[in-house]
Formats: sequence, structure tokens, C-alpha cells
Amino acid sequence: MSLTHAFFAILRRDLILAVRRRSEIANPLLFFILVITLFPLGIGARPQLLQAIAPGIIWVSALLAAMLSLDSLFRSDFDDGSLEQILLSPHPVSILILGKIVAHWLVTGLPLLLIAPLLAVFLGMPQPAIGVLLLSLLLGTPVLSLIGAIGVALTVGLRRGGMILSLLVLPLYVPVLIFAGNAVEMASNGLPVTAQINILIAILLLSLVLAPWPTAAALKMSMN
Amino acid sequence: MMPPSPLLQVEGLSCIRDDRELFCELAFQLGAGQVLLLEGKNGSGKTSLLRILCGFREPDAGHIRWCGNPISDSQYYADMAYVGHLDGIKKELTVLENLNLALALGQHGQYAIPEALTRVQLAGYQQVLVQALSAGQKRRMSLARLLVTKNRLWILDEPFTSLDKQGIKLTETLMTEHCSRGGLIVLTSHHDLNLTDVDVQRIHLS
Amino acid sequence: MKFIPDPIGRFCHRMASPPHFYALSGKLLPWLTGIFLILLACGLYGGLYLAPPDYQQGDSYRIIYIHVPSAWMSLFIYIVMAITGAIGLIWRIKLAEIVAISSASVGASFTFIALVTGSLWGKPMWGTWWVWDARLTSELILLFLYLGVIGLYNAIDDKRTASKAVAILALVGVVNIPIIHYSVEWWNTLHQGPTVTKMDKPSIHVSMLIPLLLMAIAFKFYYVIAMLQRARLELLQRERTAAWVKKLVSEPSNSSS
Repeated sequence: MSLTHAFFAILRRDLILAVRRRSEIANPLLFFILVITLFPLGIGARPQLLQAIAPGIIWVSALLAAMLSLDSLFRSDFDDGSLEQILLSPHPVSILILGKIVAHWLVTGLPLLLIAPLLAVFLGMPQPAIGVLLLSLLLGTPVLSLIGAIGVALTVGLRRGGMILSLLVLPLYVPVLIFAGNAVEMASNGLPVTAQINILIAILLLSLVLAPWPTAAALKMSMN
Repeated sequence: MMPPSPLLQVEGLSCIRDDRELFCELAFQLGAGQVLLLEGKNGSGKTSLLRILCGFREPDAGHIRWCGNPISDSQYYADMAYVGHLDGIKKELTVLENLNLALALGQHGQYAIPEALTRVQLAGYQQVLVQALSAGQKRRMSLARLLVTKNRLWILDEPFTSLDKQGIKLTETLMTEHCSRGGLIVLTSHHDLNLTDVDVQRIHLS
Repeated sequence: MKFIPDPIGRFCHRMASPPHFYALSGKLLPWLTGIFLILLACGLYGGLYLAPPDYQQGDSYRIIYIHVPSAWMSLFIYIVMAITGAIGLIWRIKLAEIVAISSASVGASFTFIALVTGSLWGKPMWGTWWVWDARLTSELILLFLYLGVIGLYNAIDDKRTASKAVAILALVGVVNIPIIHYSVEWWNTLHQGPTVTKMDKPSIHVSMLIPLLLMAIAFKFYYVIAMLQRARLELLQRERTAAWVKKLVSEPSNSSS
């Protein structure tokens, strides 16, 4: 199918670009690590306290790291006109844009998953909770990319889009933060987390289906 | 000779920008093999008109039809290609990677990639990163993109900028060939257009 | 527009024409203001004098006559904003766009009032200005959603583009509000146990309920008045090059309100 071909062509292109630029992968990751390092420094390194708030710290940091990385999603394509060409394609724009979002998650979201176990150990999170933390990040961070794409598509044409972007996107991140953070906290206390994980799966599927539409519409609007 | 039946029809088009009416009640028709040259000063609305034709900007009034259908139809986007101020070329990718992406987004056209690169005198540049190309070479690469994908309507915004004499000549040859195959071109240009045996309409925006 | 019968379509089209809307809304505003004042007076009199004090909370509960209707309005206006935004987006009706954006700041004000009155009520109730109660938290997030809409609208220079952006954002927001609300409720019950008090009890005495409903209707009227005034201003600003606005401005006798 030529649409699948186009989808993977975009995905592949963005991955190649990310590898050639590198800093795009490194920056959010470093930010994530740095913010988590700041917490023990700010509130004191009491193991009990850190352990209690570890799920929240990790998830809030992941949220901020995801938001920080959003700008790179469409910025360079907008600046050099590639986005115009994507929007002029006869293929459904929402699917092509989904390709870009998936690539963006692979580059900025997935690395958070790889480093998270280390940070969980830093904060003294109990072993069994780390698995749930990874699962929650696996389900939650794609949602952050999908919802964030809407916000960044609305603001990509603006000169001072950064501040307004956080205002648009962060309130929409609340459900993910609540359910994912809660799942990890419950797991730390040895309680079952099936409900939270199921809800996260539902949120992921919902945003996977719904988010590309407004993103495509917002990008068209931003071309004005 | 019979006038060609119109493919691109524009009726009553108006565009207002920042309280200023750039143009109003603009109408034209373009058939196979015809060229429309938009003339006018800077800020007279040439680029705005092209962007309306691309569907990026909504007209404040009026309709645009392609083969009788509104341009929001995906058939229009399968038939058109746009080269704007921005090249739409990724400088971190090679020439070949860029053209392959253009092909993936559209459909195969008149030329295969190596042939097209030969036509625009970029043969042998396949594996070169675009950031190593000069401005003129990038422009010629945009032309190669028009050649490798399937399209009938070319929308070109100042295609002659940063091209040398030879490059301009080449662009004009390619445009003439496109028209002789039944293609349509809408373009803006400060440069005088020099096409042989092509029906060129002119609209002056003021 | 095919699924709308022609006469209705024509009627809507005429109503949606800017000069007609401007004239009609100008005539309606004094009436709306009158009704609003009557409702407000009745509601306040009933709420502050006639209704008995609560057997637990004494007189401090009376703030619900402001708090509860504001909280209702905050959500109601967001939904109106999303619906009119969608209408503007789909049928390109300029007036719907204007109603959507004019509603935003009114909605934000109601949300803010609900938050402030909620926290004022919290002081005698809980002994603290702020409690992370599910309703107050949801209301706070709603305020952020409103501020996002307003901020986005002001950040985009071209107002037609800005209206589209706002419509898209409001639609995304309206899909998210139930999810956010549900998640906050969930979070609240897990972290605090059952909340200290519900803001509006389902079982409420009739003499307390009637003024509350009166106030709710009065607030709806207030919303329409405030929204129409903003919409009229916005309309004049956007149509400032149109002939009817120029005519209106050149004839000062015509400009009521």
C-alpha cells in the first residue's frame, strides 16, 4: 500500500534526521536526569521521603522532559518548508503526521524508558515497582507525544510559542500524570495496579485514534 | 485552434490581509498547456494568491475548482506540485533521500530519479548531503522533485531566484516541456518569462 | 449544509449576518439586563434573607448562591465555546467564531469566581484557604484550559486563524474535560479518602434550592449579556472595513449602548 509506504518513509526520514542531529535525543534525556537529581538536593536526601515521592518526581520530570522536546516535532519542517510538502500530499495528512509523532516518541520518549530504572534506584524505589514504572512510561509517554503534537501544531507558526505551549499542553497531561503516578505508587506499596494500567491503555488508544486529526487541522491552520 | 477546456477555474476570489484588500473578485481559467504569470510589486498579494491556490490560506471570498471539483478534494493534491520560497528540502539528508521522500508522498511521474537529476544537471549528486549544495543547485533540485513526481499543475513562487542564466534557461525549457505534455503552470516572477510556443496569460496585481 | 432544510438554512444565514446580529443584539441587551436584574434581586433576597441558616454551617453556607452557579456556568460556557467553535470551523460562520472567543473570557471569570468563593467557603469549613478537593482541583484545571484558549487567541495576530486555533483547542479540551474530571475524582478519593464536604449536597431544602436555581438562571442571563457585549465589540473590530460599520460610525445617533 502506498499510504503505508508513505507512513514508513516519513518515520524513517525522521529517525535518520534524529540520528544525524543527535542533540535531539540527548537533550530531553539529560533534562530528565538533571531534574530528578535536583529533587534530593532540594528537599534533602532522606531515603524514606524520597521513596515516598519517587513516583511523582519521576512522572513530573517525564512530563516536563516530554514538553521540552515537543518543539523539535515540527519546528525544522516548518522552517524549511518540508511541512508544506507533507500537507500537499494526496495521502491523509493525519496518518503522515502520525508517522512523525511515532518517530518523535521513539527518539524522545523511548530513551526515558531506558534510563528510568537507574533513576528509580537513585530514589530508592522498591524492585517490584520498577516494572510497573516502565510499563506506565511505555503506555504514558506516547500519549504525551500525541497530545503534545496538537499543542505544538497550534503554536508552531508563532514566534513566542514556547510559553503558551506549556499552558495548552500541561492541563491536558493531568490524567496521564494521575493514573501513571498512582500506578507506580500503588505498586511501591505492593498493591494491584490492573485498573490504572487498563485506563492508561484506554487513554493511549483513544489519543492514538483521535489526536492526529486536530493535529493535522491545526498544522493546516498554522500554514496560513 | 480550439481553446483548451479549463481545468483550473477561479471565480470571485478575494483576499484581505491586515485590513488591506490585496485583490478582489479575481477570476481566471487555465486549461491544459497554459501558463499563468502573476505580476506585481512586492506585497501585492502574489504569494498570498499562490498559497490560496495551494489551500494553505482560505480566500475571504470566492471558489477554486480543479476539474470541476473544489480543491479540498484529494484528487487536486495528487495533480499539483508546489515550489515555494522555502525549498521543502532537508539539508541533513542526501539528494536521493530527499527525492525518495517526495516520491513516497506522491506518485511516480515522468522521470526516474537518475534521469531527472541528469535533466537538472545534478547527475552524480545522489549521495551528497543537501547542505553541501549551493543555493542554485538546491533550486534545481526542487525542479527535479517536480520531474520525478506525477503532477499536472505546477505552482511556482519565484522559481528563478538564485539561478544563474543557464539555470533560468533550463527552468524555462522544463516549463515548456511540461506545457507541451498538457501541464499547467501558475507562477510569480520578477524575471521576464521567455517561453516559446506556450500560451502565457498574465495577471497584474496592484 | 445538505441535511439542513433550506428555509432554516436561510434563516440561520440571515441571523448570522453581522449587521443583522449587531442590530438585533443591540435591541435585546436592555431586555436581557432587566430580566437579569430581577432574577438576581429575587435570587439574592431568597438566598440571603428567606432561606434558613444551615444547621451545621450556619450562615457561611450562603456563599453557595454565588459559588455553585459560577461552577455550573464555568463548565457550561466551555461546552458552548466548543460547540460554537465547531460550528465556526465546519460551516465557516464568522458569528459562531466570535461567540466562541467572546465566551472564553466570561467563562474564565466564572471559573475564577468559583475558585475564589470555594476557597472563601473553605476557610470557615476546613480552617484553611485551599484544600485539594476534587471539585476545586478540577475547577483550577478548567481555569488553565480557559487561560490557554485566551492566551492562544491573543498570541495569533490574524484573528480568523486565531478563531480556528481556538475552536480546535476548545474541541480537544471538551473531549478531555470528562477524562480530567474523572481522573481528578479518582486521585482525590485515593489520596484523601471521602472528602470533608461535598460542595453542593444532593439533598437540599426547597427554600434553599429555589434561590439557587434563580441565581443559576440569572447567571445564564449575565453570561449572555457579557458575551453579547464582547461579541459586538469584536464584530465591529473585525468588520471595521465593512460598509455597515462605517455607516454606523458616521451616524452617531444610531450607536446605542
